[in-house]
Amino acid sequence: MSPATFTLEVIVENKPLARDPEGETIHHNLILKGGYSQVTSVRAGKLLRMKVEARSSEEAEQLVRKLCDDLRIYNPASHICQVRVLS
Amino acid sequence: MVKVAVIQFPGSNCDLDALKILQKTIKVPTDLVWHKDLKRDQYDAYVLPGGFSYGDYLRAGAIAATSPSIQIIREATEEGKPILGICNGFQILVEAGILPGAVLRNSGLRFVCKWTRLRIESTKTPFTRGASKGQILRIPIAHNEGRYYLDKDQLDELERNEQIVLRYVDENDIPTVDSNPNGSLDNIAGICDKKRNVMGLMPHPERASLPILSPSNHPEGRVIFDSMAETLEPSLGGK
Repeated sequence: MSPATFTLEVIVENKPLARDPEGETIHHNLILKGGYSQVTSVRAGKLLRMKVEARSSEEAEQLVRKLCDDLRIYNPASHICQVRVLS
Repeated sequence: MVKVAVIQFPGSNCDLDALKILQKTIKVPTDLVWHKDLKRDQYDAYVLPGGFSYGDYLRAGAIAATSPSIQIIREATEEGKPILGICNGFQILVEAGILPGAVLRNSGLRFVCKWTRLRIESTKTPFTRGASKGQILRIPIAHNEGRYYLDKDQLDELERNEQIVLRYVDENDIPTVDSNPNGSLDNIAGICDKKRNVMGLMPHPERASLPILSPSNHPEGRVIFDSMAETLEPSLGGK
């Protein structure tokens, strides 16, 4: 199979027990104040979108997960990190 | 002759302050060393200064933590050499995994620049041995990411091992929510590693080491550098 280009997103956010004041502020001072009381929680994070050449989406995902761990794209002491394949 | 290195990263901006205090006030031979030029075994102690290395991109300290100089610092850690990380230097040590935990964005979501009162929680480090337990130091902070965090079980371990070296306290010398400038867990302002030779702190002792820059002309930050100098060379300490 010839390599194709995949787009992946890496989402880094604080662990559930580490407070997220940015998310809390957006929730309380914007969303709840604006009348959207159905929203019960907001967590802010960081998103990295990567284009990756790989033979399959599984291979692309594996590569990105590995680089996130190897290069400490997130700090395992305080963050959780998700990798999603978009296309 | 002992020699200290202040490591300069792209974006360091408290490097010269630390250098001058060490050279002119503490009078310990000190070089300013570009991070790519650091060689093994040339120095007896290292200071990672404050600033905004690599623009704080990704996370404060995360990119500098991958500098080859950090590998040399890691080896020096094993050799028991004194290593001090101030502000961004603390963030770099945490990101390199040399010190535990993480330093997150301030709970107030703002850059905070103010004088703080710190209580010495441990004198068993090369940077606090000249102080007494419970002593109060007035030292300023200046940061956007200073909220020290780690998981509960690790925090208990830190406490058990007496690795918490400095706490933010109020006028009555008690760690309170109001005296905590950034939301740090347990008012933690500075910690050391298990071997106790590496210390990281968010406050800037180099900005409180000259009488003219300090409240009531008391340069209470210099005990950190005096202690380090005394560790390296007993004749240098306490001048």
